Amino acid sequence: MSQPRFRIRILALHAFLLGLALLVLVPFTWMFIASLKSQEDFFSGMFFPPGDGAFGIAWDKLTWGNYKELFNLGFERAFLNSVFYSSTSAVFATLFAAATGYVLAKIDFRGRKFLTVLVLSALVIPPTLLIAPSYELLYRLGMLDTAWGLLLPTLSPTFGAFLFRQAVKQSVPDELLEAARIDGCSELSIFFVVVLPLVRPMIGAFMLITFLGMWNNFISPQIVLQSEAKQPLSVAIAQLRGVYRTDYGLLMAATVVSVAPVALLFLMLQKQFISGLTSGAVKG
Amino acid sequence: MTSNNAKRTRVAWVLLTPFLALFVVFMVYPLVQSAFLAANQTFGPGTRTFVGERNFALLIEDPLFWKSIRNTIVYALGSLLIQLPMAFGLALALNSRHLRGRALYRLLFFSPQLMGLVFVSILGALAFEKRAGLINQALHWASSYSLLSWTTPSGGWLEYAWLQEHVMATLILISLWLYVGFNMIYFLAALQNVDQSLIEAAEIDGANARAKLFHVVLPSIRPVATFVVLLSMIGSLQLFELPYVLLDGNGGPNNQGLTIVMYLYQSGFELGDLGYASAIGWALAIMLIGLAFIQIRMMRREEASS
Repeated sequence: MSQPRFRIRILALHAFLLGLALLVLVPFTWMFIASLKSQEDFFSGMFFPPGDGAFGIAWDKLTWGNYKELFNLGFERAFLNSVFYSSTSAVFATLFAAATGYVLAKIDFRGRKFLTVLVLSALVIPPTLLIAPSYELLYRLGMLDTAWGLLLPTLSPTFGAFLFRQAVKQSVPDELLEAARIDGCSELSIFFVVVLPLVRPMIGAFMLITFLGMWNNFISPQIVLQSEAKQPLSVAIAQLRGVYRTDYGLLMAATVVSVAPVALLFLMLQKQFISGLTSGAVKG
Repeated sequence: MTSNNAKRTRVAWVLLTPFLALFVVFMVYPLVQSAFLAANQTFGPGTRTFVGERNFALLIEDPLFWKSIRNTIVYALGSLLIQLPMAFGLALALNSRHLRGRALYRLLFFSPQLMGLVFVSILGALAFEKRAGLINQALHWASSYSLLSWTTPSGGWLEYAWLQEHVMATLILISLWLYVGFNMIYFLAALQNVDQSLIEAAEIDGANARAKLFHVVLPSIRPVATFVVLLSMIGSLQLFELPYVLLDGNGGPNNQGLTIVMYLYQSGFELGDLGYASAIGWALAIMLIGLAFIQIRMMRREEASS
């Protein structure tokens, strides 16, 4: 292909992709600007309120008032709840899944085959099937409206056990385990000292996946938690909408507060996340 | 040596116990219970009355249940037929040789996924609001140019009632924004894994772009494509948060936006009949498992024929 024609094609491609990217980003921009508008100004201008400031925008009409109002409503408690639920779930689900994956991949004992099949076949169970019976179980255990009732069911992720079993098989050589045993390393510390560091990429990816999953989970906390003081952001924001239906600025500020920290976390760790996301699909 | 093995087995069980205990209590037990529950009627938790197969008999004649199935399938087909081709096209564009900034584009297109479904729903609810919403304002602005003025509906774009009259269209549009970039990631990963020597061989044989796409690229990404289709169907059939938040917890006008899982939620947690909810859960599970089964068989057949 001749050089100039090739250049034009690449330029056209960039124009197309940039236009599309802009379309994807517009709702975010709109959300952020809307969160800075007071209720009176909400209808003035699609994005910024028009005025006689720079670029024809009334900059002085933008305000952090909605964010302050969120504080007055005690919205930060929902934020802290979300942080607590998501990080607890991420740490323990990852630890338990890694331990299970390691045992199923490397330790030979009676019943291993049966357990492997049992755990892997649970991957097929649609989570929606368990909603009603889990609620009844939590009721009988007296765990409704407790953090236990929300967290415990998330700590045995079968998908995680599957991922870690693959990761251990791929990146932990048997010889290394034997060498550690000969050096007098106890069986339990082999897991913590030898195995865990070798599957660190999977630990990062899976912790992030679990954290995001819990942060964005709506149906479980909606069903399990009744008291307002215990609710995470996902439930709190839906209720905020129920009460302040037309306070668009306030709702957008609450959405920004709920979404921004997770987005930042993701941006810092995105390489691991995407590799974890696609590793099961492409290599399978 | 035997003592070593015994020790190893003991440690294996120590490491397995937390996971297995939780797995049995919160996964296996509820699964078994869901079968029993489906044969009972409840008024809130802990109050069972045995009704046998009545729940399923009622379900088959329940017009709302069929409506929820219809709505869910419309949404699922929408995502299958619109979303996935767009995702694949975008992946092809991003896979162009000598394209710079691929990682940045990939991140930008993926970015809506950073918002959880509830938060997307809140944003969507406001964006599709009648007068204040971004969508109607943008359409109103665009149709003020004479070139596009013919697109204006009779009442004007500002009054266009997305959430009241066009629920499914709204859901599908939001899901495009949300999932095209996500599915694109899988397609792109698959495209980048296509054996370059196959493409070069096809080029030497004089294949044009079209022939390369249909005879080299598509066959070699078929396993990933099958996986993406399955994943997207499974996700679509379990749609809940988006319509639930958009429509304030009910099915919207004339239950246009009622999905299967929403109906399950309403039956179990608003009307308190966990038995009926479990029956709906099983109906959905059977659909999902059937779908997975068909896909696996298709994959097997393809493997056998190639």
